[in-house]
Amino acid sequence: MLNRGRNIEKGRVITRRMFILAAAKILLFAGISSRLYNLQISDREKYEILSDKNRIREWKTPPQRGIIVDNFNKVLASNDRVFQLHLILDEINDFDVTIFKIKNLIGLDQFQIKKLYKKKERLKPWDTLVVSDNLTWEQFSKINLYLHELEGAKPVLSTSRFYPYANDLVHIVGYVGDASPKDLEKPEIKENFVPGLKVGKYGIENSQEKMLIGNYGIKRYEVNASGKRISQIDYIKERQGNKVNLTIDIEIQKYAQELLKGKAGSICAMDIYTGEVVAMASSPTYDPNKFTHGINQKDWQEIRNNPLKPLINKSIAGLYSPGSTFKPLVALAALEYGILDPNKTIRCKGHKHPYELYGVKYHCWKKEGHGYMKLRNAIKQSCDIYFYEMARLLGVDKLSIIAKRYGLGTNVLGDLYNDEKNGLVPDTKWKRRALEQSWYLGETVINGIGQGYIQTTPLQLCLMTAQISNGGYKIKPHIIKDDSINYKDVLNKIKLDQSNFPLHERNYLDDINVQYYQRMYNKKSNINFVLDAMFGSTNEQYGTSYRSRYDDPKYQFAGKTGTSQVRRITDLDRELDLDTEQIEYKKRDHALYVAFAPYKDPRYAISVIIEHGGSGSKAAAPLASKLIKRIIDRHKLREQFNNGNTSLA
Amino acid sequence: MLRERIQASNYSFLDKIKSIDYLLILLIIAIGSISVFAIYSTEGGKFSFYTKNHIIRLSVFFCLFLALSFVRVSTWYKNAYLFYIVGLVLLVTVLFFGISASGATRWINLYFLNLQPSELMKIAVIICFARYYHRIQSSDIQSYKFLIQPIILLIIPCYLVIQQPDLGTSILIAGSGIAIIWLAGLNIKYFVYSGLLLLVSLPFAISILKPYQKSRILTFFNPDRDPLGAGYQIIQSKIAIGSGGFFGKGFLKGTQSYLEFLPEKHTDFIFTLFSEEFGFLGSIILLLLYILLIYRIINVGLVSRSFFAKLYCFGFATAIFLYVFVNIAMVLGMLPIVGAPLPIMSYGGSSLLSIMLGLSIVMSCKIYNQEQISVY
Repeated sequence: MLNRGRNIEKGRVITRRMFILAAAKILLFAGISSRLYNLQISDREKYEILSDKNRIREWKTPPQRGIIVDNFNKVLASNDRVFQLHLILDEINDFDVTIFKIKNLIGLDQFQIKKLYKKKERLKPWDTLVVSDNLTWEQFSKINLYLHELEGAKPVLSTSRFYPYANDLVHIVGYVGDASPKDLEKPEIKENFVPGLKVGKYGIENSQEKMLIGNYGIKRYEVNASGKRISQIDYIKERQGNKVNLTIDIEIQKYAQELLKGKAGSICAMDIYTGEVVAMASSPTYDPNKFTHGINQKDWQEIRNNPLKPLINKSIAGLYSPGSTFKPLVALAALEYGILDPNKTIRCKGHKHPYELYGVKYHCWKKEGHGYMKLRNAIKQSCDIYFYEMARLLGVDKLSIIAKRYGLGTNVLGDLYNDEKNGLVPDTKWKRRALEQSWYLGETVINGIGQGYIQTTPLQLCLMTAQISNGGYKIKPHIIKDDSINYKDVLNKIKLDQSNFPLHERNYLDDINVQYYQRMYNKKSNINFVLDAMFGSTNEQYGTSYRSRYDDPKYQFAGKTGTSQVRRITDLDRELDLDTEQIEYKKRDHALYVAFAPYKDPRYAISVIIEHGGSGSKAAAPLASKLIKRIIDRHKLREQFNNGNTSLA
Repeated sequence: MLRERIQASNYSFLDKIKSIDYLLILLIIAIGSISVFAIYSTEGGKFSFYTKNHIIRLSVFFCLFLALSFVRVSTWYKNAYLFYIVGLVLLVTVLFFGISASGATRWINLYFLNLQPSELMKIAVIICFARYYHRIQSSDIQSYKFLIQPIILLIIPCYLVIQQPDLGTSILIAGSGIAIIWLAGLNIKYFVYSGLLLLVSLPFAISILKPYQKSRILTFFNPDRDPLGAGYQIIQSKIAIGSGGFFGKGFLKGTQSYLEFLPEKHTDFIFTLFSEEFGFLGSIILLLLYILLIYRIINVGLVSRSFFAKLYCFGFATAIFLYVFVNIAMVLGMLPIVGAPLPIMSYGGSSLLSIMLGLSIVMSCKIYNQEQISVY
């Protein structure tokens, strides 16, 4: 019985303990269930995203770059078909062997192979390595022939930047190249970048990156744990970059570039009403196509070591003393401020009796002197003595107001070019601030002939000429077509204002900030006087550019020569009086010329600068003359094309 | 010594058939079928090696289960220690002649099957302990004399299994043994004290663990410690389960598994695959099936007369619970990854064999539930 009782007790204990255990089991199962609930219901989205991240991998496909066209929609920068060789890294078992085979097929040198290994290190194992982005047809067909022996090799037909006008446009359009770490910091590149994508390095390519770069496409693949693609899920097509329409006329640009061949210098041409830059040539030049796939050392050294400095865009980054091309503006300033009666006569007595101020002598360029000069003649024959005196009377501060107003001293194209220079229009305040010295009157005197501190770019001189020749109206110079400007309206507005002359009440002389397409002059007669004097300089005997004139009124133009000294002329130099050819190249004067055409109803302004070219009348004016003919010949075509465009818009 | 008094010594065959627990069989078939689908899915919906093998094993072991169900429970009782000793011998054999895979030596090559004795040991310990405590009077249970023996019986196989190394199985063996000691009625204070002792000695225990075991435990506390290494399995498993959502991604559509992000998806992580494809709903149903299975086993224990049967059934139910809980908690990231298969679901012959063997003993307890086994 005792035994039995004990057994019953034992049975009870077992059963009771079993129930305690069962309760614990239920609790733990409840724990599991709540964990399942957490994972699968509360946090489902989080894990779904993680799961998709696991299984879906994206490959970005590079977009085509937007094209760049000239005023007539001629393609200046296109995307050309190229042959490339890619390596799919996760399909390669032995990278060394594959590279060795490829090396033998297409002939890579040691340097290139090293570069490939470096590139590979930066890639992820499922990425694609671009072995060559520009194979010749022979190399490409060889690769295709031996493709079965090359693991992971993929011959690809791709596109790359091509500049059909190569050397003629590089300073305007610029070029592309591989993105540097600095490039990748730019938001427009960062957002749209795909490995291997070329980005703008200079010029329009660089500053219009946002327009040109386009949007990359996305190919989504399902991949397994080792990264192998299983199937394509999605393909968002890439979008080509936008077209950039320049105001350049490639025919004129080409011709300007041709005129500059063998020289260092610049030619700029501008529509004086619309402000469109028609040509902006800089010489010497180089081939932007060489940069697309990375320039080789030899070519690069050749460009870099050229003493004529092809890399400098002389039209906007070259700084020159304007020399006598500045004189029309000095005259205009003197007239506007009423400093001087244009009939005032000053005698230029030649080198024997130079202009003297506080014991310092100032010579005219003409050894034998000009004799008695009135203002018109002084501009026409470019008499320095007259301008010394006029500048002295005018003072540098007033001169600088007018000079700045007509476009000197600030960059012309805004932030389009990162190397564009502001130039310098000095005044007394500037000198005190920058050099901490007071202004000397002698500096005013040489400023009157465009020497001294004053520094201008060729495009600024072109703009200055344009804004005088259009009757003294402020224009908005630009090189990319601006849809916000209705050219017809602008033209009509200025012409209407001109015909309503002289209804104005503001004192324009104090007000430096003038709105676009508003007059900048005080008295129309002053502008006309200067324009007439420039006419004389080109079309009348003794005018400095008389030899370059056209008698046909269709081409007839007016201009002003300039010869800017690059160093101080000593008395010895004056005595020797050497020809340009006899002087060391580096010491020769810069030759300048500004002009507008046609004289009756002008439409274009032009500036020419030949570095160390000697005198403006001999070296610069003839080039301008040739180019003006070409521009005027093409004017009708341009007008028609642009009007057609505006009527469409 | 063993004198048996068997009351209903002559069961008619019909009686035996009648007293079979059909619900239990149904549950086994249900979980078995689900496992076939799950294994089929791990192969990406192809009827190949794993699926074929799994089906063959399921059928063979199921037949074995049915056949062994008719073995008298007293026979199991009589051979309980023998069972334990055979298990121990096999474990020692593994030590010398075992075959290795991925750094562990756990298997004996039996030509038709790579036997993992540690799996058999799980059952052996339960049956051995059930017999041991069947005999002991409740008044003696608290005495050290009778406590020291089972502890030694437990430590030997656990030590051998840890040497393989296989921490997971060793913990499960220990767990089932301790469960029976608990059921037999050992005073709670022993459990409390030893629990505290374990806690205190944990740092020392960890210091003697293998590096990979240590890293698994550290990873458990912070899976992001090494997301591509030790933490990879747990992170991927959680992603798979979480992304399954309520209804799951659908049969054969578990991207985590067919894109090979899931490790060991046939074996330890089979629940992850199932949960990814069948979601919260499917997982809860599977859990319920296991709960029902455990309930039926406990039920058999309740209706059995002998302590041996009771202790065995309750102990085995607890063991099944432990396997299920440890496995699922592990793939859910609630426990460190220790390598414990999910009963019936996981691919693996030894584990399936031992579960079926265990179930057949349960069934024999059911069929011969009126059989009394003398304590003397």
